Amino acid sequence: MRTTWTLTKMRMRLALRNRAFLFFSLLMPIAFLFLYASLFAKGEPRVVGYLFPSVLALTVMGSFWGLSIQLVLFREHGILRRFRLTPAGPGALLASSLLSNYILTLPTVVLEFVLVRTVYGVTMFGNLWGVGLFLTLGIVTFAAFGLIVASLTSTIQETQVLNNAIWFLFLFFSGATLPLVFFPEWLQRLSMFLPATHLVVGLQFTLIGALPVRLLGTEVIALVGGGGLAFVLSWKLFRWEPEEKISRSAKAWAAAVAIPFLLLGVWENAVNVRRTELQEIYKSVGERASPLPNPH
Amino acid sequence: MSEPIIYVEQLRKSYGSVEALRGVSFQVQEGEVFGLLGPNGAGKTTTVEILEGMRTADAGQARVCGLDPRRGGVAFQQQIGAVLQQTALPDKLRVGEAVELFARLYGRRRDLGALLERLGLADKQHAFYNTLSGGQRQRLALALALVHEPRVLFLDEPTAGLDPQVRREIYEIIEELRREGKTILLTTHYIEEAERLCDRVAIMDYGKLIALGTPAELRQRSSNTTRITVRLKEPIEDGRLRQLDGVVDCRPILDGYLLHSQRPPQTLVALVKQLEALGNELQSLEISAPTLEDVFIELTGRSLRD
Repeated sequence: MRTTWTLTKMRMRLALRNRAFLFFSLLMPIAFLFLYASLFAKGEPRVVGYLFPSVLALTVMGSFWGLSIQLVLFREHGILRRFRLTPAGPGALLASSLLSNYILTLPTVVLEFVLVRTVYGVTMFGNLWGVGLFLTLGIVTFAAFGLIVASLTSTIQETQVLNNAIWFLFLFFSGATLPLVFFPEWLQRLSMFLPATHLVVGLQFTLIGALPVRLLGTEVIALVGGGGLAFVLSWKLFRWEPEEKISRSAKAWAAAVAIPFLLLGVWENAVNVRRTELQEIYKSVGERASPLPNPH
Repeated sequence: MSEPIIYVEQLRKSYGSVEALRGVSFQVQEGEVFGLLGPNGAGKTTTVEILEGMRTADAGQARVCGLDPRRGGVAFQQQIGAVLQQTALPDKLRVGEAVELFARLYGRRRDLGALLERLGLADKQHAFYNTLSGGQRQRLALALALVHEPRVLFLDEPTAGLDPQVRREIYEIIEELRREGKTILLTTHYIEEAERLCDRVAIMDYGKLIALGTPAELRQRSSNTTRITVRLKEPIEDGRLRQLDGVVDCRPILDGYLLHSQRPPQTLVALVKQLEALGNELQSLEISAPTLEDVFIELTGRSLRD
């Protein structure tokens, strides 16, 4: 634990000295918030409140970008190989990535809460403990996905290509950009296989619906299972050296991260509860706020 | 003789079809500075990285401080320090922070200020890594290797790419460590470095150890030849010089020719006659004892820079 904390402090220090980090982790999420709240919700508090979980989800999901790029950069530049000779093992290095990312993401999230309350007058924050739990699970899980991406790529270019593909899926098909209720049914069903959907749904249900966490078991299992599996596998597949080859079995192991989401996607599609509930939430907000358009 | 602190026996390692090590064996005693000398691709770095626990040998045995480098864990890591050939630190990490970070990772609390002072980095402790010169980065690499006071130090090409002045500064630091009795294994392709710093030198080529001894012992192997460096007014075919009496080898160098002769007086007489006949003139002439470079040439037929 001492080693992990020592490395965490170093990672936080380095991140705060990095302008790109400040842009992507602080300025961009705040810009998204203003875009959603002012442009899409036209400043209407109830609609801002409805879109706020999506803004939070985007802030949280961004974790995987930075961590994957940083880990690959450290490996490419020979920084990891220097740490290889020290008592800091892969577990401590990876855990410090997650921990430093968690600590550094929290202020942005808090700032977003302050802004929606003070600038847009949103006062209803549903089940705050539940929101906190989903934010924590989201930050850690999506950061762990970043570590898996880094274990599968060898160069920054490869990492960016893979990140773009994943980000595109998460951004447009999880309900983070456009509410799921606007999607055709087949796309709504497909979105139930995405980790990002579980985060968005979890945040929407706790923040807007004030649902207790015990009713969101699927979402909790998805994020805990997926994040835990991603962390364990990234540890198993960790590479110190840029020239270390990625074996086929490593790629197969990395693909195993998708298993919990595949199983839960099948389950969600079979019981078909979440889609109906999301429609109801949308309607309940729409009845009392003018900017929400008709989904169909 | 006591148990060797580094023990290497019949080490073999291949990368695909390339045999990087073909049965390398040597031993290093505690307090010794041991050099692996050879050209690029000789297998020096592979040997060191196996000893550091960073690579696994295909066959053979390697032990450092009585421990298997691959299985020694933290106990092994506490015993060794290393300056790696290809490595870096994060750009925005300050010198002082880097030293403190490594000290904490090893769980040591030593006087880090004194360490930085000793390595000439005291005034750079607030500087970011990306602002350091090549020499300063190498001194920082040494500081990080020493931060936990290891018994054995591995220095892989510690002065490669540095200018002569900085190289001499690094030599002085290594000499100081040698006086303190630190065991050092260094790899180099600089003859001067091996002759100046090492108690014993192993010459490597194509994954094999081709000679081993003190620099003086190795030079003695070449004692039947003398170096004659000549600079001429006009260039001459080196084939003509090779045919001079007593000459066993002739190579063009930057601004002249390097001859190895077994009978220097006869060679000199023949050289003067040859130049007179060709209407050429001798501009300078140096006669010196053989160096480790000569030993390498004799053993491999190539120079270290070929």
